[in-house]
Amino acid sequence: MNTRVSPASRFALYGLLGGLALLFAFPLIWMFVTSIKPVEQTMDSPPSWLPLEHSVQWDGERVEVTLDGRVAEPSLWLVREGAAGREVRLAPVAGFDPAAEAGWRVERRVEPGWWTVTERSATKVRERAPRRDAVPPEAVKTRVRPRWENYPVALASMGGRSVEAAEGSVTDAPFNPETDATFATFLRNTLVVCVLGVVGAVFSNAVIAYGFARLKWRGRDAFFALTLATMMVPFPVLMVPLYGVFKDLGWVGTLLPLWAPAWFGSAFNIFLMRQFFRTIPEELSEAARIDGASEWRIFWQIVLPLSRPVLAVVALFHFLYAWNDFLGPLLYLTRKPTFTLALALQNFQSQQGGVQWHHLMAASMVTVLPVIVLFFFAQKTFIRGIATTGSKS
Amino acid sequence: MIRGETRRLARGLAFTGLWVVGLGVFTAYPVLASLYYSFCDYSILQRPVWIGLENFRQLATDDVFWLSLRNTLFFAAISVPLGTVVSLSLALLLNQEVRGRAFFRALFYLPSIVPAVASSMLWLWIFNGQHGVLNQALAPVFALWGGQPPAWFGDPDWAKPALVLMSLWGVGNSTIIYLAGLQDVPRELHESAELDGAGPLRRLWHVTLPMISPVIYFNVVMGLIGAMQVFTQAFIMSGGPDGNPARSTLFYALYLYSTAFYDLRMGYASAMAWVLFLLIAGLTWAANRVASKRVHYSS
Repeated sequence: MNTRVSPASRFALYGLLGGLALLFAFPLIWMFVTSIKPVEQTMDSPPSWLPLEHSVQWDGERVEVTLDGRVAEPSLWLVREGAAGREVRLAPVAGFDPAAEAGWRVERRVEPGWWTVTERSATKVRERAPRRDAVPPEAVKTRVRPRWENYPVALASMGGRSVEAAEGSVTDAPFNPETDATFATFLRNTLVVCVLGVVGAVFSNAVIAYGFARLKWRGRDAFFALTLATMMVPFPVLMVPLYGVFKDLGWVGTLLPLWAPAWFGSAFNIFLMRQFFRTIPEELSEAARIDGASEWRIFWQIVLPLSRPVLAVVALFHFLYAWNDFLGPLLYLTRKPTFTLALALQNFQSQQGGVQWHHLMAASMVTVLPVIVLFFFAQKTFIRGIATTGSKS
Repeated sequence: MIRGETRRLARGLAFTGLWVVGLGVFTAYPVLASLYYSFCDYSILQRPVWIGLENFRQLATDDVFWLSLRNTLFFAAISVPLGTVVSLSLALLLNQEVRGRAFFRALFYLPSIVPAVASSMLWLWIFNGQHGVLNQALAPVFALWGGQPPAWFGDPDWAKPALVLMSLWGVGNSTIIYLAGLQDVPRELHESAELDGAGPLRRLWHVTLPMISPVIYFNVVMGLIGAMQVFTQAFIMSGGPDGNPARSTLFYALYLYSTAFYDLRMGYASAMAWVLFLLIAGLTWAANRVASKRVHYSS
């Protein structure tokens, strides 16, 4: 640490940190901004920062519109009542020949700088065509309005409803619990995997690590060395036979492969907990043994309560792993009602073909938000966990 | 005596019993089975048939395999050194006496725990060739030379660099590890070096870096192992295991996955998995060789 720093380099230091902080924060901010925009504003050029709502007065009623473009030269707004309903179009004044425009009626003259606008459809399906018009700039009222309604629509269409059905304008085919799902299903599946996994990981690894850290038995050290060696095996090596194991157990297509293995320990967590247990003074155990306490009681009533920090680290990181895991669900889940959030999100994206960016970002926000909240509540545990992971090399 | 030993063994196994099962069923058996399958023709629907070294022989002439290996090594060779420089620089910045260190630390760390599916989706949007915010910002710059910004994930030449840039957003985890290492460097070392007239750069090179070299070694090895297995980001970016565009992001793990679970060539995929295992072991061994000369362990 530098103790004597000139004001100039202080300034440079904070400037650098601030700039980097912006760079790291920007993507998440952009995710949020996109998620509360109407779809056409996600493609604004240059990009816009705030979600806007434009409206014009039509027949004494304020109607939300999209701004389609600015009129470039003096023009005429033409209207025709045809078989297909009311049609409108813009024709330049220069060279306008009324004789050639049979059936079209000139409604008004339009000046350069005016906006062509379209009535904003609340839904994609509607009984009549959206109304279009050309209006002077001062007729357009603009205000900032986050479109929170993107969220329920995004979550509903993530579950397989069409956007129209999610918005309530049409009714989809009836819900089929075999093939359909809702966001609530994905959330529940994810929570099942996370919670059962966390409980299993904390409990099993603690018991196992106690056996390695506090008991002396023949073959213990060799077994522990073998345990450490398994950490070197990359997952792809296990992937194929593991799938076979779960298939034989009848677990493929269920959530079991995603949480049940956590109940049987994992090398890294055993290692982490063993290191911690070894720092607890042996005298405490000895005293309890003299009092006739069983080994299980010593573990449960003495060692475990003293080990909260390491239990919290294991719980937190397992939760994060289970919440974020994509490959596991991709391998073992086949039916939509069993999907976890990560897999459902990917599925949503691949079906959307990547156009509805506001909905994709809203759905992404929903999977990211719990992680951010968790981080702010458990920041110390996170930092401690990572720091110990690294220094145990 | 014997009885006491047997009892102790029984007690030890009672505590570690879950792991005996877990190690056996979820690790040891799969490792051995995978080794066996790698010498077999196996499609999970039928029993494996022993074919000796045939899978490995085929791998040697499989162009897609070599392409996926090249893609992966390219990604690892760029993202690991770059990630190391960026995360170490961030840690060095945070290790200065700055106000709000906890805030900056949190900010740099947060992206690394964002679910990979969500962050991939986000970067797909940011890197979008037409409407992405990055190209909207870059377009005027490129226009100065009459050019256009790359289409990133739409362009085989730029898809991998885009993935590398994206991976830099997630360096926060190693930044925290570096920072912890930096804070363990004894202050006296810096002070005595300063007394000897060493400037900040020389102190960085001769004091700080040697002192945290074990941490650098750890991060580089972990980074290598992770980069060799990169999967989710590439899967999301190309909407499946094809490595679009033009197989430019067909990484090893993607090819392995599609070989095993799309083509049901489980034996061939197992052979690939073992090649990967040996490759990772080899790289770790090489890193170890370098480390034994360069890494300084203070006792």
